[in-house]
Amino acid sequence: MTTDEINYKIQQIVDNKKNLPGALLPILHDIQHEFGFIPEQAISIVAYSLNQSDAEIFGVISFYAHFRMKQTGRHVIEICRGEACQSMGSGALEAAAQSQLNIEYNQTTKDNNFTLEPVYCLGNCACAPSVKVADKVYGRMNSEKFTKLTDTLATYKINVGELA
Amino acid sequence: MAITLFVPRDTSALSMGADDVVQALKFQCQDLTDDVTIVRNGSRGLFYLEPLVEVLTPKGRVAYGPVQIEDVESLLAQGLLNGNSDHPLYLGLTEEIPYLAKQQRLTFSRAGIIDPININDYIEHEGFSGLSKALAMFEQGSDNGQQKIVDEIKTSGLRGRGGAAFPTGIKWQTVLDAKSTSEAQQKYIVCNADEGDSGTFSDRLLMEADPFSLIEGMIIAGLAVGANQGYIYLRSEYPQANIILEQAINTAYQQNFLGNNIQQSGQKFDLEVRIGAGAYICGEETSLLESLEGKRGLVRAKPPLPAIEGLFGQPTIVNNVISLATIPTILAQGAQYYQDFGVGRSRGTLPFQLAGNIKQGGLVELAFGTTLAELINDFGAGSYSGVPLKAIQVGGPLGAYLPENQWATELDYEAFAKIDAVLGHGGIVAFDDTVDMTAQARFAMEFCVAESCGKCTPCRIGSVRGVEVINKMTKAQQQSENSAEELAELNTLLVDLCDTMVDGSLCAMGGMTPIPVRSIMNHFSDDFVATADKFNAKEIN
Ligand SMILES: Cc1cc2nc3c(=O)[nH]c(=O)nc-3n(C[C@H](O)[C@H](O)[C@H](O)COP(=O)(O)O)c2cc1C
Ligand code: SF4
Ligand code: FES
Repeated sequence: MTTDEINYKIQQIVDNKKNLPGALLPILHDIQHEFGFIPEQAISIVAYSLNQSDAEIFGVISFYAHFRMKQTGRHVIEICRGEACQSMGSGALEAAAQSQLNIEYNQTTKDNNFTLEPVYCLGNCACAPSVKVADKVYGRMNSEKFTKLTDTLATYKINVGELA
Repeated sequence: MAITLFVPRDTSALSMGADDVVQALKFQCQDLTDDVTIVRNGSRGLFYLEPLVEVLTPKGRVAYGPVQIEDVESLLAQGLLNGNSDHPLYLGLTEEIPYLAKQQRLTFSRAGIIDPININDYIEHEGFSGLSKALAMFEQGSDNGQQKIVDEIKTSGLRGRGGAAFPTGIKWQTVLDAKSTSEAQQKYIVCNADEGDSGTFSDRLLMEADPFSLIEGMIIAGLAVGANQGYIYLRSEYPQANIILEQAINTAYQQNFLGNNIQQSGQKFDLEVRIGAGAYICGEETSLLESLEGKRGLVRAKPPLPAIEGLFGQPTIVNNVISLATIPTILAQGAQYYQDFGVGRSRGTLPFQLAGNIKQGGLVELAFGTTLAELINDFGAGSYSGVPLKAIQVGGPLGAYLPENQWATELDYEAFAKIDAVLGHGGIVAFDDTVDMTAQARFAMEFCVAESCGKCTPCRIGSVRGVEVINKMTKAQQQSENSAEELAELNTLLVDLCDTMVDGSLCAMGGMTPIPVRSIMNHFSDDFVATADKFNAKEIN
């Protein structure tokens, strides 16, 4: 997409929702959903349309862990760090995942396949440890299953990419 | 022959492979002469058995679990479709599984039984009978229908299930009595579905297994206080709950349970889901309102109470998912019926959530007054790892870690307060003997560093200092000769720091972070700092 196209798309999203009471979070969600992150230029477009300052919009984006302003890898893998998962060995899982992918939290692998993020509870605490990829949660995770999971995700995505 | 199977589609069942099992079932049943329907119900909350496959038989529903994709073939071969008992995964009649049979299910009475988004299924299982009772209170030609509903809630003794345990009826009365400052006389019902506590999943399960009960509770709340707009503030970590809620709300609109002139009663109520964005503090009610208004989730000073000046400055009920979903039961069965469950000032039931290192994790709804020991032994069946349990954290990341000699404490708000612990949201997380208690204390502080809204110093800075001090203690322990002295000093420092956070924080985030830390210092003093990082090395299977 060209810059103009991106701007146009953002403006469309904003116009769609700006009349909702408390519209900012729904707007930011839609933008992130569209682009996978919130592009820099969105800040002033949103600010202008909602009659707020750029600083206010940036302040909101930066407050929430869910919003990001950087492109991620093809798959964002969230590993739960909540206590229930800890009690089932999520510490070891985190370490194994980081060493397997050779990245730390909030980083993306060189091949751009995976971004690793921490998350605090997925509500799957009775089947801990838990991991989430996109909208799918995986229970009773361990390093072995994690390797299989990343293998499957990587293969699948490359195939789809080649077809497209 | 027509055969009905049930395979849940709640997050936990899906996380254990329920979709794969459904695919395998469909594939292997396609050539049968029998006509097989698979209903995607919600989970019964027996998560250690998920995916739980049920088949409807003349005797009732028969269960098999936990079913993996590779079990499907043998299950079918050994008569799954007739409810045969020959398979090792056979569990008998679902209702007779002791874990379920021993519960007292009121709020979760429909969970796992109905198709969560099938409104007829809901109605057939007494759904909307609470709403009918509420509407009838208006119809009897009375001008005090609102007060009657609020009185019913007061009589029930229901206290908010979101953690603070504030009497729901009194909150509603305040909103009913409050004057809206807007011309439209706007008031709001806000459902707190931010459920951020670790070890806690009752809100999620309720929304995924029986969303109409929440919707019904919110409509009744709206009727009671004169609010015609509701919002469910749902955390972004719960995408499956979002999907199911949206489907249920759409259906409720189509069937005229939401919108204008609800069931020809002349009443109106609109409902919308709003998604949070990964901030634990947005579970705090004023922070949640700021977030709903499109701002950073900074905690507001109280007063004014949200009941008087809440969302967009208007009178607002903020209630937890379970509090609201319990309302229909109270109206349908009567306040007295509900209030007859429980002990002391803790009336009714609480959905306890067994999680972490426990063999049989899941949701256990019981009247207040049972004990942790009963829950973890009778229901939980001990640790998952097989290693004896050592500590149990109750009430989420801001709750105390309890040692074994406290597991006999009755689960009721006051009894827990007496031992410097909290019930919170009813989340129970078990840790086995390999747990590093120092790491848990440090984590409590780390969590506060990550999740503090930043508005006040004791919480924002205190938590950073807390992590530092615990790190220094570990270091002191490992090194120098004069470590005993140094450790004692650091210990005093940590105690002081905790006091400052308790006394000086604006909200319970900073005010309660010391609870887990102090509980570890008090009850696990032998372990505190003494152990190495053995915990991180462990993986359980
Ligand atoms: C840091 C913090 C986090 C909270 N998180 C939640 C939450 O996730 N869900 C919830 O219902 N209440 C939460 N609460 C309690 C709410 O502030 C509030 O008491 C509750 O939503 C009121 O509803 P209830 O009376 O039905 O419990 C939290 C409170 C604090 C201080
Ligand atoms: S105690 Fe912490 S979370 Fe609460 S208002 Fe203060 S800084 Fe914010
Ligand atoms: S603590 Fe990990 S899913 Fe709840």
